[in-house]
Amino acid sequence: MSKSTVKPRLVLIGNGMAGVRTVEELLKIKPDHYDITIFGAEPYPNYNRILLSPVLAGEMTIQEIVLNELDWYKQNNITLHTGKQIAKIDRVKRKVIADDGTEEAYDRLLIATGSTPFMLPIPGNDLPGVIGYRDIKDTDEMIEAATQHRHAVVIGGGLLGLEAANGLKLRGMDVTVVHLGPWLLERQLDEVAGKMLQKSLEDKGLKFLIGTQTEALIQGESGRVAAIRLKGGMQIPADLVVMAAGIRPNYALAESSGIYCNRGIVVNDTMQTYDPKVYAVGECVSHRGIAYGLVAPLFEQAKVAANHLAGYGIGRYTGSVTSTKLKVTGIDLFSAGNYMGGEGTEEILLNDPYGGVYKKLVIKDNKLVGGVMYGDTADGPWYFQLLKDGRDIHDIRDHLIFGQSLVGDVGHAGNSKAASMADSAEVCGCNGVSKGTIVKAIKEHGLFTLDDVKKHTKAASSCGSCAGLVEQILASTIGGAYTPAASDSKPVCGCTDHSHKVVRDAIRGQHLTSKEAVFQYMEWKTPNGCDKCRPAINYYLISTWPHEAKDDPQSRFVNERSHANIQKDGTYSVVPRMWGGLTTPNELRAIADAAEKYKVPTVKVTGGQRIDLLGIKKEDLPKIWADLNAAGLVSGHAYGKSIRTVKTCVGAEHCRFGTKLAMDMGVKLEKMLFDMYAPHKVKLAVSGCPRNCSEAGIKDVGIIGVDSGYELYIAGNGGIKTEVAQFLCKVTSDEEVMEYSGAFLQLYREEGWYLERTCHYLERVGMDYVKGKILEDDEGRKTLYARLLDSLKNAKDPWAASREPEAIKQFIPIAVATI
Amino acid sequence: MSNWKLICPLEDIPQLGSRIVKPTTGGDIAIFRASDDEVFALHDKCPHKGGPLSQGIVHGKRVTCPLHGWNIGLDDGQAVAPDVGSCSKFEVKVEDGKVYLAL
Repeated sequence: MSKSTVKPRLVLIGNGMAGVRTVEELLKIKPDHYDITIFGAEPYPNYNRILLSPVLAGEMTIQEIVLNELDWYKQNNITLHTGKQIAKIDRVKRKVIADDGTEEAYDRLLIATGSTPFMLPIPGNDLPGVIGYRDIKDTDEMIEAATQHRHAVVIGGGLLGLEAANGLKLRGMDVTVVHLGPWLLERQLDEVAGKMLQKSLEDKGLKFLIGTQTEALIQGESGRVAAIRLKGGMQIPADLVVMAAGIRPNYALAESSGIYCNRGIVVNDTMQTYDPKVYAVGECVSHRGIAYGLVAPLFEQAKVAANHLAGYGIGRYTGSVTSTKLKVTGIDLFSAGNYMGGEGTEEILLNDPYGGVYKKLVIKDNKLVGGVMYGDTADGPWYFQLLKDGRDIHDIRDHLIFGQSLVGDVGHAGNSKAASMADSAEVCGCNGVSKGTIVKAIKEHGLFTLDDVKKHTKAASSCGSCAGLVEQILASTIGGAYTPAASDSKPVCGCTDHSHKVVRDAIRGQHLTSKEAVFQYMEWKTPNGCDKCRPAINYYLISTWPHEAKDDPQSRFVNERSHANIQKDGTYSVVPRMWGGLTTPNELRAIADAAEKYKVPTVKVTGGQRIDLLGIKKEDLPKIWADLNAAGLVSGHAYGKSIRTVKTCVGAEHCRFGTKLAMDMGVKLEKMLFDMYAPHKVKLAVSGCPRNCSEAGIKDVGIIGVDSGYELYIAGNGGIKTEVAQFLCKVTSDEEVMEYSGAFLQLYREEGWYLERTCHYLERVGMDYVKGKILEDDEGRKTLYARLLDSLKNAKDPWAASREPEAIKQFIPIAVATI
Repeated sequence: MSNWKLICPLEDIPQLGSRIVKPTTGGDIAIFRASDDEVFALHDKCPHKGGPLSQGIVHGKRVTCPLHGWNIGLDDGQAVAPDVGSCSKFEVKVEDGKVYLAL
């Protein structure tokens, strides 16, 4: 295919993960902007280097770890030169010259030359049979050696060394790891965890020489390495020596062209070198003095570099906190941040050597700054998220070490430890996805994020209760390449890089009142968003600017657009509101009449104390609503991210134990909140005494009457993950119940992110924060309450409104005669 | 050879929305209107589990099925990768602000 000559030329040196990822990001945001040429020293297309260990362990093949097939380069019109090393960069003439003489001119140059294994400067380090562990060639050599030789020595007990040792052992070699440090993985683990790891690996048959220095490699008669000599004179046989004593950034090429380097190619926050036409990403760079040797930071760098290459000024790379997960099957190990502690830090420890569990959390200034977990890593991703978010952990400190139980309670048979699960174990109970299916998809499709896994396997894409478990499987499959973004910087969806927080802030700060204004101001990448961002934006607009922003039905999920719940066969369910769970003979008669008239196949009593009519055709909806309206019944909003029900017990009205009029209180609350939309569904309950028959302990707002007043509990949840509501305060009057509950709900409505339940919101902001807003700021609470009442002042029954001329169109099919 | 049937004025279909056409024979047809007023017609049945595509959220030239979130291309009826499947499409046009469907 001939290329247009008017486009600027981009040359990439290094066909590895960081460089190609940058090109992929660039193609995503600005395809066809550059003529792209890629040089790779290896004779392969881009492959997933972090999966070399599973290849070595015999769990995968080379073909399976290729990320971009040769076809991908062709389809994207990229010229690929494999097996060609760049010998020189001529920055004056702006061209690169390969060792075979190939020349290529550039307007922008991207250097992603990666790193090379550090070969110890000891005698014999160049003997046959002595290799580093970096690429397909090294891996092939190890696999080959395992078929012909017996003794392997791995120098270096770091991540790579242990994965190499594990793989060689699985291929039948006798493996000894020689490690200079005081314990294994001393850069990722503290001493206790390091020793526990060593014990587990010894149980798998590996041998260790810890605190031991290698002095020389000794040649055998065949010319190949035959033994290694340790300091002190001891010799052990070695037909294969793998040097895994660290990596060195590859920056010689850049340095020789005059680009400033200091233990790596020095780049700024936009990934530019001292020559602004030259960018660098990956393991070869030094950013703010740090060269990263893990994959995860490279992806963040790639995104920033791509944005800048595309000419968008947004996005800066400000460094990464990294986490570690050892990819050795059956070993659960996780560490992140500053796990060693030190001056000014505190530690929380849980140590059960018999049970094989060790956890250490390092805290500084009430924030989590690091942690190590061994044996039970279920909460690793949660801790890592807390660490990245910099959340104040003061209010959860007493139970922090026991973890979050990130995994929902139901749908996966109580499994919570990803690495120890069998491949056949069901992870996603909604879609029937097993661990094996997920692992296979991650490996075959080169997936790196939870969203990718959701798309490819459907796991965690329905109720989401297994999302935490899927994240753990992801982490244990790809190791350090897994990093969740800080929660307030996760993009809303693929249409934007902006987070929910940034979008909410802009809508408020810039007074944006339509989705078009949001898309334009925030430079949305798609013309009109998608099914993820449109409902979120619509909610933010109408909750931030009530009476001003206009609700957009086409941005609502079908249930909210049709004011009924869609069922699997395309029919709908209709739930009339029963205030506080109360009804009358007249209402029941109207429901019975409607059920007969519209031939409703199923009538069911719901968990929220009302009656559900299931199996109604869309075109019948306005008619049945008209009948129900005539009897005084209105929409129950059983379909909405909105107020659902206020469940009540019979209270002091009838109950011999009741202390408060629970039904009366419940009806008042439900009338106040009628037609209230929120980030997610909202359920309340009122009980008349501490026996709590209305189950107020698992509601978004739960109210328990006691003799001296009412206790208010918030942010409970009874669904996917049972979450007990937390005590907020005690008040004395009905008016105060309305004010405090209303103020909390308004706070959640104004600050919650779309699809975040109150329990998630509270977990994110912390109870101290909510108490500060509701209990310690009387003026603020009253204002919140006033804003809630104001936004609900024109509330209308959507069932009545849907019969207005424009609104009713959606329910009426167009009949056409066919001939 | 196409037999063009007048369906409705364009304004009767909301932008980024749809209407259902019920032919006297055959299954429901969903007519979609994109933000640029281009119209598309698909069999109102998601290739996944038969969900009514007419009730989905329309964005760009795609609709997201309301049942399980599959994305279907409006112009070709194909499921968007990694999902695989297709649903039949119909010829549709707008003339003088009126929508016509070929049946």
